[in-house]
Formats: sequence, C-alpha cells, structure tokens
Amino acid sequence: MRGPGFLEQLEHALPGAVSGSRLDALDPWIEVNPERVVDVCRWLREKSEVRFDALECITAIDWFEPDPKKAAKVTWQPHTELVYHLWSTASRVSIVLKVKLPRWKGDVPGQLPEVASVSGVWRGANWHEREVYDLSGVMFTGHPDLRRILCPEDWEGYPLRKDYEQPVEYHGIRGR
Amino acid sequence: MADFLINTVGLPEWLAWTITAFVAAALILNVIAGGALVFIWAERKIAARIQDRLGPTRTGGRFGWLQSLADGIKLLAKEDLMPEGADGMLFRLAPYISFCASFCAFIALPFAFDFVGQRLNVGVFFVVAVLGLEVFGVILAGYASASKWSLFGAMREAAQVVSYEVPLGMCVVVPVMLAGSMDLVTIAEKQAGWITNWYLFHDPFTFVIFWVYVTCAVASVNRAPFDLAEAESELVAGFHTEYSGLRWSFFFMAEYGSMFLVSALAALLFLGGWNGPIPVATLAGLSEGTGDTANYFVRLIGCGNLLLKATLGVLLMMWVRWTLPRLRIDQVMTTCLKYCTPIAAAMFAGAMLWQLAFPGGVVRGLSRPAGEIREGWLEGPGGLSPGRREPVPQVGAAGGMESQEVVQVVP
Amino acid sequence: MAQLIDDDPRIIEFDVRTDEMLVNMGPQHPSTHGVLRLVLRTDGEIVSEVEPHIGYLHRCAEKIGENLTARQWIPYTDRMDYLAAMNMNLGWSLAVEKLMQYQVSERARHLRVLIAEMGRIASHLVGMGAYGLDLGTFSPFLYAFREREKILDLFEEACGARLTYSYITVGGLTADLPPGWLRKCEEFLDQFEPVIQEYHALLTTNAIFVKRTAAIGVMSPELAIEYGCSGPVLRGSGVDQDMRRDGESIYTAMYDGYAFEVAVMKNGHYPRDHAYPPVPSDTVIGDCWHRFFVRMLEVVQSMDLVRQAIDRYSACKGPLGEPVKLTEKIPAGDAYLETECPKGQMGFYLVSDGSAIPWRVRARSSSFSNLAVTHELCRGCLIADVPAIVGSLDIVMGEIDR
Repeated sequence: MRGPGFLEQLEHALPGAVSGSRLDALDPWIEVNPERVVDVCRWLREKSEVRFDALECITAIDWFEPDPKKAAKVTWQPHTELVYHLWSTASRVSIVLKVKLPRWKGDVPGQLPEVASVSGVWRGANWHEREVYDLSGVMFTGHPDLRRILCPEDWEGYPLRKDYEQPVEYHGIRGR
Repeated sequence: MADFLINTVGLPEWLAWTITAFVAAALILNVIAGGALVFIWAERKIAARIQDRLGPTRTGGRFGWLQSLADGIKLLAKEDLMPEGADGMLFRLAPYISFCASFCAFIALPFAFDFVGQRLNVGVFFVVAVLGLEVFGVILAGYASASKWSLFGAMREAAQVVSYEVPLGMCVVVPVMLAGSMDLVTIAEKQAGWITNWYLFHDPFTFVIFWVYVTCAVASVNRAPFDLAEAESELVAGFHTEYSGLRWSFFFMAEYGSMFLVSALAALLFLGGWNGPIPVATLAGLSEGTGDTANYFVRLIGCGNLLLKATLGVLLMMWVRWTLPRLRIDQVMTTCLKYCTPIAAAMFAGAMLWQLAFPGGVVRGLSRPAGEIREGWLEGPGGLSPGRREPVPQVGAAGGMESQEVVQVVP
Repeated sequence: MAQLIDDDPRIIEFDVRTDEMLVNMGPQHPSTHGVLRLVLRTDGEIVSEVEPHIGYLHRCAEKIGENLTARQWIPYTDRMDYLAAMNMNLGWSLAVEKLMQYQVSERARHLRVLIAEMGRIASHLVGMGAYGLDLGTFSPFLYAFREREKILDLFEEACGARLTYSYITVGGLTADLPPGWLRKCEEFLDQFEPVIQEYHALLTTNAIFVKRTAAIGVMSPELAIEYGCSGPVLRGSGVDQDMRRDGESIYTAMYDGYAFEVAVMKNGHYPRDHAYPPVPSDTVIGDCWHRFFVRMLEVVQSMDLVRQAIDRYSACKGPLGEPVKLTEKIPAGDAYLETECPKGQMGFYLVSDGSAIPWRVRARSSSFSNLAVTHELCRGCLIADVPAIVGSLDIVMGEIDR
C-alpha cells in the first residue's frame, strides 16, 4: 500500500516536514513537524498518489506522569502528542500522523500548546479539534469556532490531561 | 317537549323553552363528553391492537373500560400550570373556545328525524361554519402560551384549517345541491330508502367527492396524517405544549367532538343519515303514521344508525392515524390546493351536469322505492314530519330553501 | 439584523421577509434521539441554520479507560452505542487483540460473527422504527421492537443481559452458547424474513414516507467522505466502503469465507436478488430515503451472514477458548482499529506503556462524525425536515458523548 517511494515523495515535496517515521509498525506512522501539519495534510489529501480523503480521528495523548516515583522511571520527556488517523476511501489504506507538542506553550502552565488547525483541509476536522481542545487542551490556531464541545462552556481544566484535578464544586454540585 | 310542557303541564312559554333548551344542551354535552371518553378508550384499544399490544387491561375490568375515566380524574387532580410569560386571560380562554365551537356545532346536528337540538334551515352552513371557529381556540392557545413551539403549531393550524375549509365547503355543497336544501334533516330524509339512495351512490361524482370530503374532514380536525399542529416529533406537542390538566383535556374533548361531528356530517350528507341500507321500517309500514310509540321506536333505531355510521367514521380516522406517517406542511398545502380543491370543483360541476342529464336518477325503478313518496311530503307546504299528516306551524322548522325565501319576503 | 439576513446567501430567496427566530430543539425534544440539542435559526418554517450542541451524555469514558484494565473497560463500551453493545464490545476487543497480537479460536470467531450480525439487525430495527417515529408514524416502531425483543431474548439466553452485554471480550467470549440456542435463532430468522416485507409496505414504499424522505438532506459522496461519515450514511451516498471487506486484516479475517455483498446505493443496483421493492423515482442518491434503505438492505444481509455463521459455528468442534486474564499486561505500543458497527465505523485507539492499564484509550465514534454534517444538510430545509434528516443519520447520543 504505502510503497517505499511514499516517504521519499513526501520528503521531496515538503522537505523538512517529516521528522520521523515507522512504516513497519502495527499502524504505520509518520511524525510531522508541528509547523508543517497543514502542509502535510493538504499534500496527503490532494497531491499524494493515495488520496487520504477522510480524517477519521484526532487524538491527543498526554505523556506526563504525575506520580514522582513513577516519573523517575519513564523514558520519555513530558509532552503532548497529537495523533491523526487518516483514511483513503479510494485505496482503502490508512496512515497515522503524529505531532509532538510541548505540554504547555513555552512551558508556562496554563498556556495551551498551539498547532495549526486542519479544518481547512477536511471540514470534518472541526468537531474533532474542538473535542481535543475541550478534553486535552490543545489550541488549534485558525480554527473557525474553537469552543468546548462535550464539557460545559465554563468548565475549568482539561479532563484528559494526566494532572487534571476534578473540581471540588461546580455550580453548587459537589464534584469530589 | 316544549309543546308537552306548555300544553300538558301548563308552564309559561318562556320557561318551557328555557327548560327544553337546557335539556337539549345537557344531552348534547353528555354526548360529547361521554363520546370523548368512549372514543379515547377506543383509540387506546384500537391503537394497541394495531400495534400488537393489549392496551389498558386492568382499570374497570378486563378491557380497561374505565381507563379514560381514571385519566380524567388524574387530569382533574393535576397541577394547573401556566408559563410565566403567557397571556393569562387568553391562555385560560383558549381551550373553552375550542370546546365551545365543537359543542355549538352539535346544536344543529340531527341524530334522527326529530332528534335535533335546534333544527336550522341552514344546518349544513351552520355546522361547517361553527366547526371552523375551533381554529380560534388553537391559535389563541399557541399565541398565548409564550412558547415558540406553540406558536409554530398555531400558525400551521391556521394555515391548514383555513385552506381546507375551501374544498370542504365544496364537498358539502354537492349534497346540498342534490337535495335542494341546506337543512340537514331534509338532506338525510331525501336519502331514505334503499342503500342506492344514499348520495354516496347517487352518481360517480358524488362517490369521488365523498373521499375528498373524508380527506378534508380529517385535515380540518387535525388528525394524522394532517396533525401538523401538534406534530409531536417536530413541535414537541404543538399548540398544547404548555397545557396540562383539565384545560388540556378540553382540547382533547374538542378534538374528539370534532372528529365525531365531521363523521356524523359525512353520514348525514353522503351515507343516508339515520336511514339504514334497507328501508325496514317503510317495508313494515311503520312510518305510515302507525302511532307515536312506533314512530319513536323507528327514530331511536335511526339514531342508533347514525351513531354507528359516525363511529365507523371515527374508527376509520383512528386506523389511518396509526398507519400513516405525517405529511410536511408544504405537502399538506399542496394536497389541499393542488388536489382537493380542483377535484372538488370538478366533481361539483360533474354532479351538477349529472343532475341536469338524469334528474330522476339512472336506475329509476331500483333506486327510488320509498323515497318518492317522502320527497312529495317534504317539498309540500310547511315541511311536514312523516309521522303527522297535518301541517304544524313551527318556529325555525322550515322545510327547505323555498320556505326560507318565503320567510324573507314576509317582513 | 435585517442587513444580516440580506447578506446571508444561505437563506432562500423569498418575496416576504420576516424576522428570524432562534428555536431551541432539545435536549428534551421528543425526536432528538436522546439528549441532543439543536439550535435552529428559522425564518418561519424555513431553517436557515442548525447548530448541534452535544455533551449532555458525556460520561468521561476515555478517562475511565485510563484507570481500568483493557478487559475491565468492556462494560463501558456497552454504554457507548447501547443499541448495538455487542458490536462495541467486539470493536474494543479486536483493538486490544490487535496490539496483543492475539488470535481467537475458530469457534470464537464464528460465534463473534453470529453475535455481531444479530446485534446489527437489532440496532437497525431500532434505527428503522425510530425513523418512522420521527416522521410521525408510531406503529412501525412497535413492530420493530417486537422483533428486536426476540433478538434480545436470544442475547439474554446467551449472556444474561438484554442491553449491556459485555459478552464479546478480549480473547474471545465470556461463555459459549447454551444448548438449543441455534435452533431458536434459526426459528427467529425464518419468522423474521416475511416481516421485513411488512416494514417495506409501512415505510419504504409508503407514499407519504417517500414524499417525506425523497430528495431531502441530500449528501454528496465528497461531503460524506470529507466529514468522515461512515456506515449506512456513507453507503447511502453511493460510496462503496464497508470495513468488513475493506478494513484491516485482523477484522476482515473474521469474515473470511463469508459471502456477502456490501449494501451500497448505486442507481438501480441491488446487492442480491432478494425481493426488494423498487426504488421510487423521485429519490436521489444520498437522500434520507437511501440512507434508510441501506439499513433495510443490511438487515437482510446480516440475516444471511447469521445463517452462514450458524453453519460454520456448528461445524466447528474445537474449544471456544478462554478470554485473557482480567489483568493481562498489554505490550507497549499503540493500535488503532476501526470496525463496521451498525451506525458506522467505530474506531478504538489504544496506547499502552506495557502495563495492564492502558495509557490512553480513545473511541472514535461514527455517530460523532455523522452528526457533524447535520448543519450542512439542514441548510434551507423546513422544520419538519430536521427530524427527518437527523433521524436518517441514526445517531446514538451515548456514542457521540461517550
């Protein structure tokens, strides 16, 4: 499906956009520079031999260990990872894009990491990005309507982050 | 009855008439309220049977006879809610207007030859016109509820009912034309005799127009598939979204009352009224003035006849409701303006031409065995009842259009 | 405000200008399939804009998944698409098995096909009946539930539950079928086959039903793909895609040797020679009617698959195999798997750091993507069309909000 030329073509078309890849994994993935996400997505959708015309899912993974004992043992640096699952309806193949972001922009807690929105590439990305913003706290720049989608609009915190603390009280409702 | 009170008991005339009026009103009210109870129960049972369920089985015995009564008591006991932003007076008024319109129309509806609240020489016109007033209650309810869904329901109702009055009126005019009278009693009486005398089978045009009437009648009383004003999957509950308890039940009584009314009207106009398919009474010689008791008995059977026909009409509406999906508002209007109205108009013209071509009916021998004699009586001076031979001058009991003209000339 | 309306090209041109109205449809509205809230901007009866608000049923399933082992999360998948919980169980089990490189026994494979396809019939019955309800006819809903009850009875006999089964689990199934089950299942299928014609008479070919659904909410294939729509919604637009045939090998291997043709709406094309009613002439590919009809076709298709699965399962004499331990460690890595659930492609994404408890779980909901397209479909339709369109997407809020 993704022949050996695929990665080279991408490298050739967008030099410097790909920062890593593993095509022999269970789900072959490409790691993309955060600044080039939109370019890569547009290329994958419109220019590549296999047109990845459907965005199935956007997931944010919070790589952070709140427990200091366990944190000493982990091998990775704390970061947020965005995972885009793409699918080609015509060729029936999938590809995974991974984007590494800092947990907080400039490592200042409270400042959400930023990445460009791909809702201009696939309109369906709109809701997926809203969900990631809502639950994992990633700011998608250029998104037409970035609001919370599942949680109430005045909710505080980003529940799917590992250091999320449930509020003690929300509008008179006991939380903990 | 008034005669009886004046002549036998010796009451003053005004008191006698008042008592008569009250008795008549009470009877009609009971017919509506009792009818609504029975019909609501019937609807639940029929819907349940159509849907492979049992429906109410416990309240009041095996068949859940008392279910509607129990519901009524529950509704009485319910908290009376009114939305904060509602227009209080209109909100309270609306259900009664609806109910009154439905109730008033019953006044002119004859159940058998003399079983009528007030015999009017413009009976058809009165019934259709007053029934049309029901829409005011609905519009008021929708407007006064201060709810957008109610408002949508009211606007739909207004558009729909007002539109459907047009083809409905045209359908109603055909029997009026055939009978030469707007008096419901006369129209029904003209269809006496064999089943072939019914206006339904008068000619092909009346047969078609009967079905147009059925469509329009269902639409004008807001039953599925035309129940847009209360479309529960779109408008929550439409105009009665904000109503609860007794007021809500008044809307329901009005709805079932109207259903019964249009069915009874269909029976009177097209299905021979209180005349059965076979003129048993005439064949047995009962209607030839064999005595008051016998006449009364004949009329009682006639009343049963009419009630049966009207009930069958209501059951048909229930069957349709539990089978068909709902139309959309534009499709409802299309049905009315593009199909019902032109068809009704064409059938009206057709029925008129037919009447010109074959004034006495096609198959003379078969179709008019007993009717001929009666026609002769009714078109005679004064509009006689078949039971009594001598003319009785009555207030408001004119025999048809001719008499009406006379009344107009006199002053 | 008037200026705003004048500039809005989406509002259909009419001679009479009226003020627009904001109407709140839901979350307690009777036809929003749970707790969906639609804010409609209407001009009289004409809807100029629809904005869905979701999240009323958000139960933090993904966060819970980060605190439970993979098998412990199975009951939470039940509560996503609660109308097709079997298929949800299967999706998650397969995703975990994909990461564990686990292969279930042959007997378990056929039993899974059997159960999943029964679940699909049960779900489509609700979808069909509830769609009738959206259009104002009540009886088909109860006819559908009458048949669904029989499937639920069978499920109850197999696993003890009627709604949230947790039957299919990581590494197989929790129990084998009780004796006599297959015979009852066959009896049900024989009895159910003629009933489908009843549904066709009451809904599919009913003149009013066709009028209400034909050429309403037309979705082009491009639009459907761009929004990530899937399942009957996608196939109703004429896109030939079914994960049971086109998906990843671990999922398609399950259907190895099964003969079925994907129910996709192409002009005048039928997958098999069943007695289907003719397609009404005023429908167009991608409208509500076609989305509905795909589901009807899939019911027949699933019945066929169930029959095949019964044969294969009863021919399999090997053991069913035991599911994995509740605290089985999952190898580090990540795996994403999409399965063809009744509502569409349900994706489960699992990230593991090597312990028994996943680092991150993610459920990609098909109804979520299908619902996102609502505002495109409802532009310029009538209020009565909004339930018709939303109903034709056959959404389940439990799956959208998770």
